[in-house]
Amino acid sequence: MSDLNAFREEARAWVRENAPEALRGTSGSGPFEGYWGGAKCEQTDPDLLRWRDLGIEKGWTAPSWPKQYGGAGLSHAHEEIIHAEMKAIGVPRPVAGQGLAMFGPVLLEYGNDAQRAAHLPGIARGEVRWCQGYSEPNAGSDLASLQLKAERDGDEFVLNGQKVWTSHANLSDWIYCLTRTDPNAPKKQMGISVILADLNTPGITVKRIDLISGYSPFCETFFDDVRVPVGNLVGKENEGWTIAKAILGHERSSIGRSIARQPGSAQREVVGRARKHLGVAEGVIPDPLLRDEIAALGMLEEAFHLTLARIQQSAASGTPGSEASITKIVGTDLKQMRFELGMKVAGADGLGWEGPGFDEDDLQYTRDWLRSRASTIEGGSSEIQKNIVSKRVLGLPEGKK
Amino acid sequence: MSGQTAPSLLLNDEQQMLSKTAHQFIRDRAPVARIRTLRDSKDETGFSRELWSEMAELGWLGLQIPEPYDGMGLGFFDLCVVLEQSGRELMPEPFVSTLLLGTQALLLGGTDAQKKALLPGIASGETIVTLGYEEAGSHGDVSKVATTARKSATGFELSGEKLQVLDGHLAERIIVSATTSGSGYTLFLIDPAHSGVTITRQFRIDGLNAAIVQLDAVPVGRDDIIGEIGGGAVLLEAVFDRAAVGLSAQMLGAAEQAFADTINYIKEREQFGVPIGSFQALQHRAVSVYTELVLTRSVVLAAARAIDDAPDDVPRLASLAKAIASETFKHAAKEAIQMHGGIGVTDEHDIGFYIKRAQATYMTFGKPSHHRQRWAELHGY
Repeated sequence: MSDLNAFREEARAWVRENAPEALRGTSGSGPFEGYWGGAKCEQTDPDLLRWRDLGIEKGWTAPSWPKQYGGAGLSHAHEEIIHAEMKAIGVPRPVAGQGLAMFGPVLLEYGNDAQRAAHLPGIARGEVRWCQGYSEPNAGSDLASLQLKAERDGDEFVLNGQKVWTSHANLSDWIYCLTRTDPNAPKKQMGISVILADLNTPGITVKRIDLISGYSPFCETFFDDVRVPVGNLVGKENEGWTIAKAILGHERSSIGRSIARQPGSAQREVVGRARKHLGVAEGVIPDPLLRDEIAALGMLEEAFHLTLARIQQSAASGTPGSEASITKIVGTDLKQMRFELGMKVAGADGLGWEGPGFDEDDLQYTRDWLRSRASTIEGGSSEIQKNIVSKRVLGLPEGKK
Repeated sequence: MSGQTAPSLLLNDEQQMLSKTAHQFIRDRAPVARIRTLRDSKDETGFSRELWSEMAELGWLGLQIPEPYDGMGLGFFDLCVVLEQSGRELMPEPFVSTLLLGTQALLLGGTDAQKKALLPGIASGETIVTLGYEEAGSHGDVSKVATTARKSATGFELSGEKLQVLDGHLAERIIVSATTSGSGYTLFLIDPAHSGVTITRQFRIDGLNAAIVQLDAVPVGRDDIIGEIGGGAVLLEAVFDRAAVGLSAQMLGAAEQAFADTINYIKEREQFGVPIGSFQALQHRAVSVYTELVLTRSVVLAAARAIDDAPDDVPRLASLAKAIASETFKHAAKEAIQMHGGIGVTDEHDIGFYIKRAQATYMTFGKPSHHRQRWAELHGY
């Protein structure tokens, strides 16, 4: 413990000495905020790029990864401290994204040495951006029904089919896919394999999906006789479901954590909007019902942060278990509650889509509110999370779905 | 969290052991069905003095009382470990009156002489000390005090009426709030044996024992003042903050137990040829209660920790804990009855006791809406 306390001092000093001034107070320091990198990255902000380089040099883009793969060889507890110190001054992590938060940790656990050496350093340096090929048009909540076919042909797999909700596939370099390698397996969870593909491989087509918010963070990704070397298979053929679940665990806890932002920030945001729209610059907001609702939000936010801290304090390992489901259920509820309340206090000022008569912040907020409706669906819907908790934590018998 | 580093929300080895021992002892010796027996037999005490003495011998009543007053000198956090377990079986023993109201008022506002006179007896289980604040017109607002303290030659004379004074029917000492001219109100320690005091037993839904305490020109000396003259409001707020956190720990235990009983029930109860716990309609509702329990544990531990380590954080965390624990316990108790079905609304089954206690605790030391308004004030809106 004293070792960790000493390390906290060291991490605090380094972050405060090196983090560019302009980036401070700009970020919740979640795993999905900041510089995502990759070959298609057009980021030119000199502060973000300098912060990225400093992080890479120190090995602190992926602190808990081994040094040979671009990490710093630290424990998860050390990593948590580094991220907490970045969050304390509101700077983003030097490199963000799915490669670091979701795919990398799983490749470390399940990949072979050649795969680790080939892919992890590029992720840690922010040079290669990864996306996830999980859902399909007929495999959403029922993910194990996926049908993207991968057939062995000599030294290659030939992929045919479609993925959907592939986040930022248009900006990514590589994709990790769940594929069907044995269509005749006795259970649908068997016969699934994790296969990696370079998105530049001939036969891959990416199409963006427009959301109700007007944003297009997701894509459809089509595979038409896509050939990838057999060396791109992660783990054993037909045993990919375990790996898939491990990645989902990282995804859920990352979504929960990326919602966490700074303690008190959701309450501050809604109070700020209430003040602006109700014209009450300071002091008591003269509406006890509204105060009650904002306080309920603030209390849930604080309870959520304390729970994250408690989980972190009691967690021995770095792989999220069923607490990730709790984190996702509560975190996404909190996020939606925050946006609903933030919209409620805006009244008609929050109804703008674009153009004159609405201010920029309100237009942005409304888009973000619409985007927030997806948070209880993506990464496994809240209902699926409840099924998981029901079975794994409460031990309730499985019924007919 | 006001700072970036969260307080430790884990139990140390000794506290884990204490929690386990208390859990076992209370499950074996103090099952919730006692509430029914005590009620139906119109038991004069309303709880078990033997059990209370045994817990004193185990050191549990004096956990937080400093060593000079014959206690163990540990923290409020340690006390909450036992309180949580006592909540599981809705124990009617005088935890709230004596350990949360009486003891905290003495620790926060008592003189050395007052502490010497009462704390050792509390730690040994012999002395019951309570605090009366509820009045006919107060409706949860403890600052509305109609009881008066009139100056006399030797001190004060108290007149008025306190309602639902917990364990007032057998307390050795009762602390009451009374207005002192021009200076708000003050807390006084009274001896119920005095001829001006009339005690009338009251019976509540939740199995806790209470009494009406009528005061008719009851003389008290200057050394019976707790805290400062006119300092009653500040002191009582601090006492209530601690009491609210301790009560929240009890609520957490009670909600956990009601939930555990319910989960066991829906795993076993069969309808349509399958356990009803296999129905998704019940599963998702059960998970909702479970997630609330997870959150409640975090806020209760944080608030208890703050009482020992971060006094500035106590008001907001006490409000947080009380508001959340109240809603969670009520929710858990309502769902417990619904998922038990018909048997859940019979007096024969124990699960119904939980909703009665949930209602009582919800209304004690400020209901959630009160604490949310206070939270808003503390956060500047």
